[in-house]
Amino acid sequence: MGFELDDIAFAFAGRPVLDGVSLALEGGRFHGIVGPNGCGKTTLVDLLCRYRRPLRGAIRLGGRRLPDWPRRQLAREIALVPQNFYINFPFTVRDVVMMGRHPYIPRFGSPSAHDVETVERVLAEAGVAGMAGRLVTELSGGERQRVVFARALAQDTPVLVLDEATSNLDVGHAVRLLGLAADQVRHQGRTAIGVFQDLNQAAAWCDRLVFMRDGRVAAAGPTADVLTPETIESVFGVRARVFFEPFSNALQVAFRSQDA
Amino acid sequence: MPNDLSPTAPRPPLRLRNTTALQLTLLAVLLTGLLVVATGLGFIRIPAADVLRVVAGRLTGDPDWVRGMNDIFPVVVLDVRLPRILTAALVGGGLAMSGVVFQGILLNPLADPYTLGVSAGAAFGAALAILLNLGALGSASVPLFAFAGAAATLAAVVYLSSAEGLSSNSLILSGIIVASILSAGISFLKYVADEQVAVIIFWLMGSFASKSWGDVALAGASTAAGLGVFLVFAREMNLMSLGPQMAASLGVDTRRVTLTLLVTASLVAAVCVSVAGIIGFVGLLVPHLMRLVVGPDNRRLVPASLLAGALLLLAADTLTRAVLPAEVPIGVLTALIGGPFFCYVFRRQQSARRVW
Repeated sequence: MGFELDDIAFAFAGRPVLDGVSLALEGGRFHGIVGPNGCGKTTLVDLLCRYRRPLRGAIRLGGRRLPDWPRRQLAREIALVPQNFYINFPFTVRDVVMMGRHPYIPRFGSPSAHDVETVERVLAEAGVAGMAGRLVTELSGGERQRVVFARALAQDTPVLVLDEATSNLDVGHAVRLLGLAADQVRHQGRTAIGVFQDLNQAAAWCDRLVFMRDGRVAAAGPTADVLTPETIESVFGVRARVFFEPFSNALQVAFRSQDA
Repeated sequence: MPNDLSPTAPRPPLRLRNTTALQLTLLAVLLTGLLVVATGLGFIRIPAADVLRVVAGRLTGDPDWVRGMNDIFPVVVLDVRLPRILTAALVGGGLAMSGVVFQGILLNPLADPYTLGVSAGAAFGAALAILLNLGALGSASVPLFAFAGAAATLAAVVYLSSAEGLSSNSLILSGIIVASILSAGISFLKYVADEQVAVIIFWLMGSFASKSWGDVALAGASTAAGLGVFLVFAREMNLMSLGPQMAASLGVDTRRVTLTLLVTASLVAAVCVSVAGIIGFVGLLVPHLMRLVVGPDNRRLVPASLLAGALLLLAADTLTRAVLPAEVPIGVLTALIGGPFFCYVFRRQQSARRVW
């Protein structure tokens, strides 16, 4: 299931954040969105998840305009791991992951055997089974982020949106969770869309990259085509070298200090 | 570190539900017991058995139940005490339940049923009615003005914060702004009220004295309606505690749920205030206490708080009515008892989390 964005604009309090973004995020791929701070990456994610509405333009998911999707059905299509999250009340980790099953449980119904099974499987996959009975309010930031990731996996959707979903994770857990998302893309035909700060992380996991600058798309396409020193310098203003790294079997980027 | 002895064992959902059922049953039994005992207490002591006989006689319409009993007992129980006692219980339950919703939706542990200015609006309406001597038009006019004031305040606060999409911060801030304007208005009304000022102050402090079956019906209807709405949206309320963005991504219409729940909770609180005056602390304290007992899941927290709030306010009202040598205004009493107790619980909770 893919997205098509047609001439999207968005503004906060009159300050334009996105202006004329047109993009095709095709299904069955791992898309990376990169760009400098404040270039509109998170706003784009909010628009894709219909948390905000664009001022102009249309977003289609699977050919159908986002506003035409019933809320509950959309929640069975897109799962989000947000950048900022807070959980204010002492729910257990298992309770929070079970919340990912909300779109499937009738209003006064109880979780089905399948819901319980999915939650247990996801707890194990995301490596949080060992803390399933603990209170989320007592976890560290990284642990909480893994729980939120597991909650999104429990939603079991064709599209997974990751907004800097591994920013608080150690490298072991980051590789494990992004690997999980990449597996789902490769073997189950799902779609992943991730916002990344770290270009090397984006390069290692994503088939496609979207470079954004000042609320516009600066470059978009297959990673091998758009991840170039020229694009990086024009978007981020740093000198870079792009090379194939055989151990990770991916393109990687090296940077040089401006003074050197 | 928190204790984490058997974290991998899946929690048995069935037993958990039984535990909750047990806790709720226990609260319900305690409340029923207190209702009976409280009805017997007062200037004229009535044995619990006689209280039950009077109630049974009334419910069945069979005069055999009250045969051979002091003639005054049925009058005291049915006409004097039960209306006051039931009103106190219903108002306590309504305020506590409404507090759960406010804390859950505004994601703020300091929120209570009066956060959106309902109490200030009701106080202003009541003060105005008293000042204009509208009591002469019928005993319902002061509560009616109080409710109108509360509802108008709620509308103003929701209008003010709707530009920012009803975010928690904008709602709380709008509530504070509107309430502070109104309290200046109340001060002015008191200033120009002359001898009426005592009536206004007395009303503001809250009381269950001379409540009628009409008050019981009103408080009962609004609390029951509130309970229904809160239970329907209990799971959405759980999801809202993950923040609006995540709740939205799980298919929750956050704006509609926020508006429905806050307006309902405010209206329940407004009816409570109109009936009984401004009674603080029940709506703040009980949700916190019950969260410690039954956990944060609103499907359990709402009914548990309803029962515990009823228990607490009835106990407080019985204390001031039948135990203390002179009647202390109920609003003052709840704050005097509730405040220090809250400090104790708060402090204990903090030290449990202390890491140094």
